[in-house]
Amino acid sequence: MAEQLYNAVFIGSIYALFALGFALVFSVLDILNLAHPTVFMLGAFIALFVIGTLGLPWFVALPIAVLVTGLFGIVLDRVAFAPLRRRGAPALSSMISSLAVTLIVVRLVELRYGGDFITFPAGAVPAFVFRVGDATFEGIRLAIVVLTVALMLALTYVLRRTQLGRDLRALAENPRAARLLGVNVDRAIAATFFVSSALGGLAGVLLAFAYNTLDSKMGVPLELRAFTVMVVGGMGSLPGAVIGAYILGFGEVASLVYLPTELRDAFAFGLLFLVLVLRPTGLLGQKSPDRV
Amino acid sequence: MLLETFGVTKRFGGVTAVDRVDLRIAEGQALGLIGPNGAGKTTLINLISGVVRADGGTIRLAGSDITRLPAHRLAALGIARTFQGVRVFKGLTVQENVLVGRHTRMRTDVLARMVPRPQALSDPHRARALALIDRVGLGRRRADALAGELPYGDQRRLEIARALAAEPRLLILDEPAAGMNPTESAGLRELIGGLLVEGLTILLIEHDVRLVMDTCQRVAVLNFGRKIADGAPAEIQRDPAVREAYLGTEAVA
Amino acid sequence: MDAVFDFLRTYSTTIAVIGVSALLALSVWLTLYAGQLTLGNAAFMGVGAYVSALLGRHLDTPFPLALFIGAVSAAVLALPLGAIVFRLRGVYLAIATLAFGEIVRVILLATPITGKGQGLNGIPPKTELWHIYLSLAIVAYVLWRVQGSTLGRAWAAIREDEIASASQGIAVGRHKLAAFVIGALIAGWAGGLSAHVTFSIDPSDFGFTKAVQVLVFAVVGGIPNVLGPILGAGLFTALPELLRPLKDYRDIFQGAILLLVIIYLPRGLVTFVEVRRTRRLSRIGAADVA
Repeated sequence: MAEQLYNAVFIGSIYALFALGFALVFSVLDILNLAHPTVFMLGAFIALFVIGTLGLPWFVALPIAVLVTGLFGIVLDRVAFAPLRRRGAPALSSMISSLAVTLIVVRLVELRYGGDFITFPAGAVPAFVFRVGDATFEGIRLAIVVLTVALMLALTYVLRRTQLGRDLRALAENPRAARLLGVNVDRAIAATFFVSSALGGLAGVLLAFAYNTLDSKMGVPLELRAFTVMVVGGMGSLPGAVIGAYILGFGEVASLVYLPTELRDAFAFGLLFLVLVLRPTGLLGQKSPDRV
Repeated sequence: MLLETFGVTKRFGGVTAVDRVDLRIAEGQALGLIGPNGAGKTTLINLISGVVRADGGTIRLAGSDITRLPAHRLAALGIARTFQGVRVFKGLTVQENVLVGRHTRMRTDVLARMVPRPQALSDPHRARALALIDRVGLGRRRADALAGELPYGDQRRLEIARALAAEPRLLILDEPAAGMNPTESAGLRELIGGLLVEGLTILLIEHDVRLVMDTCQRVAVLNFGRKIADGAPAEIQRDPAVREAYLGTEAVA
Repeated sequence: MDAVFDFLRTYSTTIAVIGVSALLALSVWLTLYAGQLTLGNAAFMGVGAYVSALLGRHLDTPFPLALFIGAVSAAVLALPLGAIVFRLRGVYLAIATLAFGEIVRVILLATPITGKGQGLNGIPPKTELWHIYLSLAIVAYVLWRVQGSTLGRAWAAIREDEIASASQGIAVGRHKLAAFVIGALIAGWAGGLSAHVTFSIDPSDFGFTKAVQVLVFAVVGGIPNVLGPILGAGLFTALPELLRPLKDYRDIFQGAILLLVIIYLPRGLVTFVEVRRTRRLSRIGAADVA
């Protein structure tokens, strides 16, 4: 039971880290970045590269992976979103362009590493366990939970108390007004993508470390759950995304007890659909779902 | 009476946009609705046309209660309207816009359309549409122009043609003259006059008080959601409460 | 003549898949025409596939009837979507339809009779190329003609402005639902056809990836014209075949082409097929819906 709880919190944290990045881009720019699962996967693979090919230890691989995926996020915006923003294209176009990028990046990774599951070189990943009574817990999962909470707080602080945060919130409210008021829109957008992708990449590395495996399709299940998380928590709300993530995490672990494995996905989608029908604004939603 | 409202009320959060308003429009009459910005005029007609649900009160059309009916049912019952700040279908042509207006008068022709005929079946409707396009001053040569590419004034005229296409009993016009020059508003005055002669009932919201005074037999004044005056144009002009509401605006003088 | 037949035989599967993809793209196109974004049609395709295949296997239902029942099942299943279409728009609607579709897929995955994760195998290859292309021709023709009807105009009006449409007497919710249900019908029919070409089906064929793929065909092909989704489906299905020499780099090129088209051709591929109507409706870009 305690182990289940521990798992739920751990899974919730991964969902939260992933969803935070996704929700950040949505709340500031009103677009669904369908390439987000790709940066998740990319983070893991960059870590693999650094550890496996460059032979560097994990505590070097981690920050490098996060940094590189952050930068990739900026490139992603330049390539896939900025041109569409310039011509005022509808949100759907951005979804499709990010999808196209996903296609390309996933394939590139597969070309180098193949499509199967890969494990890290032996001993490369930190693995320590601790025991409480009868139960065994993996330390890395605890570290992830702690890290997630810390990052959430850090992000909240940045958004509330810093100039950058104010710029981002202005951008989220009204892009045109923000520009007129002197907000450096391009820098703010770059920062948004950097942070969003870095968070996604971090989530990917951590998950890969926790399970000691990674594969090119690891982002897909998360992508669909990110929708649920955002909708449940309220589209456009960052704290909502986090809460939604933990609700989903707990819900899934609980449902595994009662539902056959095939229906596991059903929980996430059932929840999503239910919320959309009954309370589309979610828990802390900012954006009205009957406006586009 | 064609249209009557009894104590109709609408609240948005903490704000009462329309506060227990009683209105009566006799058949064949033109009622002008004036008041300062934010007085609740558009909300009131949104209530009458079914775009918004009333929080209290009743609305009757020719004696029947229509308070709870949705917009599309009201259109079928003969209420047509234009919108403040024009809502034409930008991606459709002028003629298509008007044909959509005629929706309640047209029977579904999907099956008939399956056999390609040179527009034979829709002729009476298309003829009527073209006639309306002429009547509002657009000219049928422009029937295939994209609505979104028309100048603003023409889009406004198109909206009126679209509203008339349904052959309504009550036509609601929301600030049709906004931004029009004297020639255009003269044309509008003529159009409204002509429609009244044909027996149409009209509810006109306007800031151009001259237009209202000239075309309407009766005028109602709203301020802060409440009706503060209701009577013949001359009476309204003399009414001190109305002057006060318009404090500072030369429009009433 | 022989050369033509040889070509058809060698590439018959690809040509069949193009036809089915085009049908699916049209099903999505219809809902886009009414201003609605849907990601659920892959699931409806799955329903049509499974129902028709199972009917054939267990009840020996004649092929056309099985297809028909499959399509109708998908349409009926689309009705509960009414719960959401009345209230949601744009991105929310897309996500809701996706969730709905995924729930359907998961149910297919969990129901024993469908063979669960292993899917259904050994489906008799009853579909001929002409079945597919006849269906495609009929559906394309009907959709083309509907555009000029009261129904088509109503859908277009809804796409442009829902409130104004309601004020003209259009029952917006019902019309939107109709678009979804008819779209599901077409998708279900396509599913039935597809199942009897590919011999085996499994739930993963009808998930998020497929839904997005179909949406891409429609959007990239272009909305103003019925030809758009057909072109989109044709290009992107044929592309892997055409790019075969590139082998492992195929997907990369496909992604690159998709990226270029979406960024530089706002009206989609139909830009290359300027028809009178397209020019008139030139303001409608890659879905004025989202």
